[in-house]
Amino acid sequence: MDDRNFDLGAGPVEGRPSKRILDADGLRRALTRVAHEVLERHGGTRDLVLVGMRRRGVPIARRLADLVGRFEGTPVDVGELDVTMFRDDLEIRGTRPALRPSSIPRDLTDARVVLVDDVLYTGRTVRAALDALMSYGRARQVQLAVVVDRGHRELPIRADYVGKNLPTSRDESVEVRLVEVDGIDEVVLLDRLGAPDARSRP
Amino acid sequence: MTATTRMPLATAPGRFAGTVVIRGGRLVDPARGIDAVTDVAIRDGRVIDVGTVVDTSGVRVIDARGLVVAPGFVDLHAHLREPGFEYRETIATGTAAAVAGGFTSVCAMPNTEPATDSPAVVEFVRQAARREGSARVYVIGAITAGRKGKVLADMLELASAGVVAFSDDGDCVADPALMRHALAYSVAAGRPVVQHAEERALTTGAQMNEGSVSARLGLPGWPRQAEEVIVARDCELAALTGAHLHVAHVSAAGTLDFIRRARAKGTRVTAEVTPHHLTLTDDLVGGHWWSATASLPPYDTRTKVNPPLREAGDRDAMVSGLRDGTIDCIATDHAPHGTTDKHVEYAAAASGISNLETALGSVLALVHSGALGLVEVVAALTSRPAAVFRLEAGTLAPGAPGDVVIFDPDREWCVDPAQFASKGRNTPLAGHVLRGQVIATIVGGEVLHDRS
Amino acid sequence: MRRKDVLDLDDFSPDEIREVLETTSAMKEVLARPIKRVPPLRGKTIVNCFYEASTRTRVSFELAAKNLSADVVNISASGSSVEKGESLVDTTRTLQALGADMVVMRHAASGAPYAVARELSASVINGGDGWHAHPTQALLDLFTVQSRLGRIDGRRIAIIGDVLHSRVARSAAWGFATMGASVILCAPPTLLPIGLDTAILAGLRAKGVATEVAGTPAVAMTHDIDAALRDADVVMALRVQRERMDAGLLPSLREYARAYGLTRERLARARFGAVVLHPGPMNEGVEIAPDVAHGSQSAIEEQVTNGVAVRMAVLYLLAGGRAGPAV
Repeated sequence: MDDRNFDLGAGPVEGRPSKRILDADGLRRALTRVAHEVLERHGGTRDLVLVGMRRRGVPIARRLADLVGRFEGTPVDVGELDVTMFRDDLEIRGTRPALRPSSIPRDLTDARVVLVDDVLYTGRTVRAALDALMSYGRARQVQLAVVVDRGHRELPIRADYVGKNLPTSRDESVEVRLVEVDGIDEVVLLDRLGAPDARSRP
Repeated sequence: MTATTRMPLATAPGRFAGTVVIRGGRLVDPARGIDAVTDVAIRDGRVIDVGTVVDTSGVRVIDARGLVVAPGFVDLHAHLREPGFEYRETIATGTAAAVAGGFTSVCAMPNTEPATDSPAVVEFVRQAARREGSARVYVIGAITAGRKGKVLADMLELASAGVVAFSDDGDCVADPALMRHALAYSVAAGRPVVQHAEERALTTGAQMNEGSVSARLGLPGWPRQAEEVIVARDCELAALTGAHLHVAHVSAAGTLDFIRRARAKGTRVTAEVTPHHLTLTDDLVGGHWWSATASLPPYDTRTKVNPPLREAGDRDAMVSGLRDGTIDCIATDHAPHGTTDKHVEYAAAASGISNLETALGSVLALVHSGALGLVEVVAALTSRPAAVFRLEAGTLAPGAPGDVVIFDPDREWCVDPAQFASKGRNTPLAGHVLRGQVIATIVGGEVLHDRS
Repeated sequence: MRRKDVLDLDDFSPDEIREVLETTSAMKEVLARPIKRVPPLRGKTIVNCFYEASTRTRVSFELAAKNLSADVVNISASGSSVEKGESLVDTTRTLQALGADMVVMRHAASGAPYAVARELSASVINGGDGWHAHPTQALLDLFTVQSRLGRIDGRRIAIIGDVLHSRVARSAAWGFATMGASVILCAPPTLLPIGLDTAILAGLRAKGVATEVAGTPAVAMTHDIDAALRDADVVMALRVQRERMDAGLLPSLREYARAYGLTRERLARARFGAVVLHPGPMNEGVEIAPDVAHGSQSAIEEQVTNGVAVRMAVLYLLAGGRAGPAV
C-alpha cells in the first residue's frame, strides 16, 4: 500500500481519469486464490495469524481469514495493526494522523504471521509494520499478502502473496475500494492530475 | 481672574534673560479658579502673573496654542530608590521621569537602603536632588526606625531636617499602639502620617485581588478588607490623637466609607489614589483570558502591584471618590523595578508600576470618557496634593514657583518603556496607546523637558 | 493537535480533548504489549523540569517519554539554581540552549509554565503549577471515567476536598465541564475559592461550551457534602494537607475526616456504582476511607496506569503539532 492511512475519508476524486482493474468478482477471485496459496504454503492453520494493516488491510485480512477458515473448518486468528508510530516520515508530515489501538489476538512468539495490506508500493509501510510486529513477540515467520503490487519499491521488500501485479507509473495511484470502507468492491488505477496532492512524496 | 491684565514685561533691555512667557495656551489653575486661554510669565524662577502679555521683546516665548498650560504636577508618592536600589532608579533618573510626565514636585518615599529614618539620609537625598535632580524633591521620613515597625524614628529631628510627611510605605505600621504613638508625635512634628494600609495577617502570600480572577488563576487572594480594617483603625486613632492621617494608594471601595465617616466626625483624614487604581482592574492579571483584546498574557508580572488592582466596582468608586472629594488627589506610587525583579514567576515578582511617565495619559482617559472634568483632574494633580502636604506648589499665583506643565490632552502616543527616562520599564501599559501627552515641563522657569 | 503547549484544559475544545482520549486508547494498547517501546519520538529530547517534589508525576512523564523512545533529562529543584533565585528567563534560556524539544514543567508558582512557554520555542507541558492547573491529571481523570462509564457528557462529577489549593480540581472542572459533564466543587467554607465557578462558567461561555447540563450549572460550588454527592456518577476526593490546619483553615484532620471524608456510607448517597477517583497520594482515613480507596468502585489504581498512557498521547500529539523538524 502507499500512504493511504493519511487521508482517510478522501474518497475517489471526481472527474479524475480512472481505469477499473478489478471488479467485485475479480477481487473475490484474487482473494480466494491468495487464501488457497496461504493454506498451501503453511499446510494448515496451526499458529497462523493474519494481521491486517490499517486501514484497508484489516477488512482484507478478515476476508482472507474467513476463506481460510471455511476451507479448513477451523477459525483463524486475525489482528489489526496500526503502524503510524513506526513510520519514518512522521517528522516530515507535520500533524500526526489519528492513532488507533492495534489489536493482536495473541503473543506472536512462534506464530506464523501473514501481514495483509491492500497495495504494495514503496515498501516503507511494510517496513514500519515489521518493526511494529516485533513488539508482540518473536514470530517464527512473517509473510506479506497484498491485493495489488504496483512496483516502485524503495526498500528490499517483496510480497509472498499478490492478488494482482500491476505495473504503474509514479504519477498514477492505485485504490483498492472495499465494501466495508468505501461501499464498493473494486480496484482502480487513477491518473494524477496537476492539482496539489497530499500524497505527493517529498 | 486676571486674564485681561496687561503686563508690561520689558521695562528695560537686558533685564529679562530669565523671563519666559508661555503664550496662548488654555491655562488651567484650579487653585485660583482659572480656566481660560491666556499667557503666563515667569521671571527669575517665579511666576510674575497670568494674563495677556503684549510685549514679548527680549523674552523667551513658548508657544502653547492649542495646548493646556497648568501648574507643574505634584506627586505625593514616588519611589526614587536612591540610596540603596540604584539599579531600579536614581534620583537623577526618577526626577527625569517626573518631568517627562509633567511632575515638577515629587515626594520621595523612605523605603531606601538605608531607610530615610535619620537626618543624614534626608540630607543625602536633598543634596542629590539639588545636584542631579530635575524636578523638586521633597523627602518623606520613615515612621519607625529602619521601617521595621518596632520603635518610632526620630520624628521631630526628621521634621527639622525638612521631611514633609512620615511613612513606612511598602509596609504597614501594624502595631496599633505604635501607630497611635506615631500619630500623636506627628502632631508635634506638624506633618501628616501616611499609612500603607495592609493588614498582613490577611495578605499572607497574597498576589492579587481576591475574586474570581484569582480563583481561576490559582493565585492567593488579597481581600479588600486587608486595607479597610487598617483604615478603619487608623481613622479612630487619628481621632484619638488629633493627628492628620493620609491614606496612601486607596484601592478598595469600602475604604472610602471609613474616610467619609471619619471626616464627618471632624477627623483630619486625607487620601490619594493611583492612576492604575482609577483605570485598571484585576482582569488585566488574567490577560487575554478575560478579554480577547487584552494585549497582556495571563500572569504578566507587570500587573502585580501593591495594593493589587481591584474590580470594576472599586475602580468606579475611586473615580467617584476623587470627584466628590473623598479622595484628595492622584499620586503615582511610581515604583520602578529592574528586570530581575519582574522576570520571575508571579509569586516571586516585585510589586509596582513605573508610573510617572504614563500617569497623565492614563488619567486623561477619564476626562475623555466624561467621568471627570479636565479641571478636576488637573486639581487632583496640582493644588489638591500640594494642600495635603502643604507644599509651596500646585498653583501659578503671582510669586509661586515657576513650575509649569504644558500638555496636549488629545495627542495619542504609544507607550514604549524603552523610551522611558525612568530606569523602571515595568508597566502593564507597554504597547498601549494613551491619549494625552506632556509637551513641555518647566521647573523654576527652566524648560527641563521639551517634546514640541 | 495544532498547539505548541499544553498548559491547562481551559483552552481545549471538546474535539481536542476527544483526540487526546482516542490517542490514549492507542497508547494503552502499547502498554499492554510485551515490548512497550514504540519509536515516534526517537531523537527527541524531553526535559522534565520539576521545581517541586513530585515522584509520581515525574516518573509517569519519564515512562511515557521513554515508551515513545525519547531521550529524557531530569532537572529537579533540590540544589538547583532555581532555589538560588535564578529567574525564569534564565531557566528558559538554559532550556533553549540545551536543545529541548519538549519541556515538562512542575512549579510551585501558579502561572510559571506560562512565562516559560512564551519565551521557549519548544513545547511546554504543564506538570502542575501552584494552585492553578494540572492538565494531564485532568486528562487521565477524563480517560478513566470514560473507560469506566462509557461516556462523560451528562455525568455529574463531585470533587470534594481542598479545592482552594487544588490544581487538580481546577483542571478537572475545566475538563469535565468542557466534555459536557456537570461539576460540583465541594469544600469546607475556608477552602472554597469564591468566584471560581463564575470564572469557569464565563470561560466555558467564551469557548462556546454549554454552561448548563440538564438544568444544573456546568460548574457549581457548595460546602454541603450531601448536596455534592447526590446523584454523583463520579466522586473525586482531594488530598488534604496538614499545613492547612497549621494555617487555621481547618480545625483538625479528625473533624475533617468526619465532616468531609469519603466513607462507604457517604458514597452510598452517590449514584449506584459511582466511580471513585483520587489524584494521590492518599491520606487514608482522612479524605478517603481505606475500604472506599480499595473497594470495587475505586478507579484509583487505573488512574496511575492511565496517567502514563495519557502522557504518551500528549507527548505524541504535541510532537506532531509542529511542521518540519524541531528547532
